[in-house]
Amino acid sequence: MHASRGRIALSAAALTGTVDGERVALAATGTWTAERASELEQIVDAAAGRYEKARSVDIDLAKLERLDTFGAWLIERLNRAFTAQGANTRIVNSSETDRGLIDEVRLVNRAPAKEADGPNPILLALDSIGRSVAEIGSSLVLLAHLLGALTRVVLGTIVHPARLRVTSTVHHLERVGWRAVPIITLCTFLIGAIIAQQGIFRFRPFGADIYVVDMVTVLVLREVGVLIVCIMVAGRSGSAYTAELGSMKMREEIDALRTMGFDPVEVLVLPRIVALVLAVPMLTFLGAMAALYGAGLVCWLYGGMTPDIFLARLREAVWLPTFAVGMIKAPFMALLIGLVACVEGFEVDGSAASLGQRTTSSVVRSIFLVIVLDGFFAVFFAAIGM
Amino acid sequence: MTTNEPVISVRDLVVGFGPANVLDHITLDVLRGEILGFVGGSGAGKSVLMRTIVGLLPMRHGRIEVFGSDLAALNDRERRSIERRWGVLFQQGALFSSLNVQQNIEFPIRENLKKLSPRLIEEIALAKLEMVGLQPDVRKKYPSELSGGMIKRAALARALALDPDIVFLDEPTSGLDPIGAAEFDELIRTLQRTLGLSVFMVTHDLDSLHAICSRIAVLSEGRIIATGSIETMLASEHPWLRSYFHGKRARPALH
Repeated sequence: MHASRGRIALSAAALTGTVDGERVALAATGTWTAERASELEQIVDAAAGRYEKARSVDIDLAKLERLDTFGAWLIERLNRAFTAQGANTRIVNSSETDRGLIDEVRLVNRAPAKEADGPNPILLALDSIGRSVAEIGSSLVLLAHLLGALTRVVLGTIVHPARLRVTSTVHHLERVGWRAVPIITLCTFLIGAIIAQQGIFRFRPFGADIYVVDMVTVLVLREVGVLIVCIMVAGRSGSAYTAELGSMKMREEIDALRTMGFDPVEVLVLPRIVALVLAVPMLTFLGAMAALYGAGLVCWLYGGMTPDIFLARLREAVWLPTFAVGMIKAPFMALLIGLVACVEGFEVDGSAASLGQRTTSSVVRSIFLVIVLDGFFAVFFAAIGM
Repeated sequence: MTTNEPVISVRDLVVGFGPANVLDHITLDVLRGEILGFVGGSGAGKSVLMRTIVGLLPMRHGRIEVFGSDLAALNDRERRSIERRWGVLFQQGALFSSLNVQQNIEFPIRENLKKLSPRLIEEIALAKLEMVGLQPDVRKKYPSELSGGMIKRAALARALALDPDIVFLDEPTSGLDPIGAAEFDELIRTLQRTLGLSVFMVTHDLDSLHAICSRIAVLSEGRIIATGSIETMLASEHPWLRSYFHGKRARPALH
């Protein structure tokens, strides 16, 4: 009988093999722990390949210094590899303390990790397109649901005005209206100034400076003012609504309200949307004034148009319906922003990621829908001659 | 195999918020291989001690030694290597909600042992999953799809991912039904034996104290008023201990 010795690795953790015909004795030495798991894995896989022909394998743990789950699992992996190659494998001389762990890992990972091949990528792409389309549909349905629920609550509140939560409404009005005043007036002031500056710069070669006032007025009062305000409100307050309602949903606060017999639409949604519907027209008005002020200032300082000429021209350019168009649109857009924000908030599920994703889509969708609604209003006002 | 060598030793620790001291000159040892049950009234500061030891809260005075080294004196690298040797099970599990169960367990392994092959990481994660008594098919589930008991088990698997020497358990059986709680106690004891863990367990559960704790420390009014075995606690004449261990709710558990 001929015996040969093979040493697989020289390190603090090692596996020494002694071959005796078809019998192999492997001795594990050193520390078999997480820190060495990477090299141990190579040692173990190499050993399984090297002693392919073995019919009987003894894995001797007598010289093992330390063992943790990582090492125990690798020994078990070795054991299973030899068993799969048809060798009769035994783990011998394990210490009292290690035996429990070795017996424990013997039981795990038995179920074949049946990782079915991922589905066809084309099918996956089609699947995700289909899901997005279906989601657009279902989110419109949810929007309609919430609008219906809100209408019911509003009608109920008209019959019993005491049901409106005044404190809550005022609180939200302060947050979405009063506290938004500085940033919204600043932005619209700048927008008005920029439009006026560009107008003066482009119109001057034609000697048409004076019509800058008409352009600024019509643009700001009809379209840009309300759009800028709505975009800012969607980013500022719509996102806050979604995040608040979403985290309340995650912590089961909404379920708690429901079990106490309260309607979440009445308690949470109505005050928020009422606040928004009141705040946005006021902000739109303030924004329009700030934009006109900015335009006037630029016309005076940059265009050399004195304030009395600007005001005189303004009086001719503004026609009441121009102003009314902007103001009429504002509450509808506010309603839309509020509805989208609340629907998205109620759609949050358990994970932190979904809260972030819903908040993003609340802002993106409400801005998109505000622009679409603005388009419909443009068609409508043109049709009735305003 | 409890030895008298402490793995954690807390000396003269003071922790407070604002003007009040929640922990007032506390001294406590956790010995290698023991399960230390830490009890006290709600708001007594049990979790505060645990959070101070693992470094989530600052201390005002005192000294905490883990594996013989003073935590305050360690540099970042030394501290990380100590942190790798403990695992924490938070009261609500604190699983990462955007990762599934398998990814949650793999996370500490992947981040700390960067050289490991993906195959080995996955096998170890699944081994841990089964060791805490979860079925392999929950590995693809997200925390929001799990029951309370499954969350605790998955969180325990994550706490054990790196084969720590110490595990901190913050009310491990709270929110579990009595059967689930008993199973969880049994699981902790089995794992403690097979993995040779030292366990620091904050608990209110008298059954756990009785069934698995080798030693109990009692915190009241910011001080440790007693340490010892369950028998010592039962025999104590201290009024708080009497009402805790002999109150109405205690009887079915201990008698």
